[in-house]
Amino acid sequence: LAPWVPVVGLEIHAQISSNSKLFSGSQVQFAAPPNSLVSFFDASLPGTLPVLNRRCVEAAVMTGLALNCSINKKSLFDRKHYFYADLPAGYQITQQRVPIAVNGCLSYSLCIDSKMSQMVTKTVRIKQIQLEQDSGKSLHDDTRSQTLVDLNRAGVGLMEVVMEPDMCCGEEAAAAVRELQLILQTLGSSQAVMAEGQLRVDANVSVHHPGEPYGVRTEVKNINSIRFLAKAIDYEIQRQIEELENGGTILNETRAFDSKLGCTVPMRDKEGKQDYRFMPEPNLPPLILYDTKSLPANMNHQQVINIDWIHERLPDLPSVKRKKLVEKYGILPEHSFTLLNEDGLAEFFESVVKRTQMKPKKVIGWILNDLLSYLKQHSLTVKESPVSSFLLGDLLNLLEKKEISSTAAKQVFAELWKGEGKTPLEIVKEQKLGLLQDQKELEQICQAVIDGQENEVIMMMLG
Amino acid sequence: QKVSVEVLDHLEHLALVDFRDSEGVERLHKAIQFADQLHEVNTDGVEPMDSVLEDRWCLYLREDDVTEGNCTKELLENAREKVEEYFVAPPGNIPLPKLEERETFLQGS
Repeated sequence: LAPWVPVVGLEIHAQISSNSKLFSGSQVQFAAPPNSLVSFFDASLPGTLPVLNRRCVEAAVMTGLALNCSINKKSLFDRKHYFYADLPAGYQITQQRVPIAVNGCLSYSLCIDSKMSQMVTKTVRIKQIQLEQDSGKSLHDDTRSQTLVDLNRAGVGLMEVVMEPDMCCGEEAAAAVRELQLILQTLGSSQAVMAEGQLRVDANVSVHHPGEPYGVRTEVKNINSIRFLAKAIDYEIQRQIEELENGGTILNETRAFDSKLGCTVPMRDKEGKQDYRFMPEPNLPPLILYDTKSLPANMNHQQVINIDWIHERLPDLPSVKRKKLVEKYGILPEHSFTLLNEDGLAEFFESVVKRTQMKPKKVIGWILNDLLSYLKQHSLTVKESPVSSFLLGDLLNLLEKKEISSTAAKQVFAELWKGEGKTPLEIVKEQKLGLLQDQKELEQICQAVIDGQENEVIMMMLG
Repeated sequence: QKVSVEVLDHLEHLALVDFRDSEGVERLHKAIQFADQLHEVNTDGVEPMDSVLEDRWCLYLREDDVTEGNCTKELLENAREKVEEYFVAPPGNIPLPKLEERETFLQGS
């Protein structure tokens, strides 16, 4: 049987972290009373006009720069028309002709084996990033055969990040999305929490034989976590392969991922091919961005966005942070990945290193094996840890100074975990875990043991 | 060139217009003819125009402040049906009847 080559592309919508919406001054907030964060423009009442939010543009520029894109100094807004109850205007304002950023790339890493000991770096091309409006939310009430519409989310700014089909499986897609999530969170352009709908991912999946043209692709939606993203993609790849090997064909359709059943199902009626009738948004002129060279002399600062100014102020991206951790502390690259993967863990590690004489290469073991596994067992975040970096630092000092054995140290750690407010030294004293350093005292104890076990000693000496 | 019945049906679905009768369709043909005159102009190498104001129209950038919202009551006054503070809509898009099913399509044509 000829091998199959799966091809995976992603369309990611990230909600922009801003106070107000993309084209109106209503607030952006998760979970508020229905229709309380809605302006007249968001409700598409006649006579209202879009006014672009500066912060949303900056967020898109930052993200474009972080993803190595070319920033288009002139980008355009368009209307994408379709009818749905949560889209009151009957169209979405997006950037179809000329988006704000194009042609970037994202590097991400994967573990080759399950033991997390060998990592390989891959890249995925970023086709473009565009600014667009989010729609409202529909709550389907099947019992009463109606839909309830909440427009709080209507008009919230989104960055759509389009990744080229450079990935080949669920694991790659998941790793790429995870890295994008970390980048967005580091930049602050989006909080990118999938569970709150701030990061939504749709996957485009197809399979073909090597050397042959790409197969028909399906679009998979309704994926609510990174774990499900990998599952959904792998299921769909398998489904397509089986279908084709059984002589069937793949329809160019949209499918939804059913997390309970772990499979993809065709979505409710999509009336044929959608025709969005794209047209330029007549109420918005082109968006012009500047750099230091092209900066106009006499313009109001507030009306000018300088790409170079934003570039200079980008924070260290995750890949740079990892490199610095490896260089500064001599830890392994895979360690740096785990440190950055848990919110606050890298800071915790650095704080412990500061506090103790123990070498960072040894400290990292305590952080990744002991601390992290305790946190995972109890479903706690680093911030919620009952053991602070100070306490752990003190404990490691006792170990480093050979005042306790490593077994004893684990015992003390378990005790600290109870969060009763005792210091490591107090616990050592309480449980008499201290190592004896006094030679004479040690001799006395050994002698006492030998004296108490005369018979065993005689047996041993006789061989 | 006449526009086919399939295309007319497609247009009616997309734009929710109703061409209704042969007069309506004739008006459409005349409109297309009128717009086709644009093809007589050679636009090779010319950038499409977005606005007659061209470079003089700057896109105004607003500060990221919360200045609107909190008018649930006013907004819901426009709703024919509401449940608590939600707008009520049918369960999905109500599909227009398919071409074969429509009795009144192009009445009097």
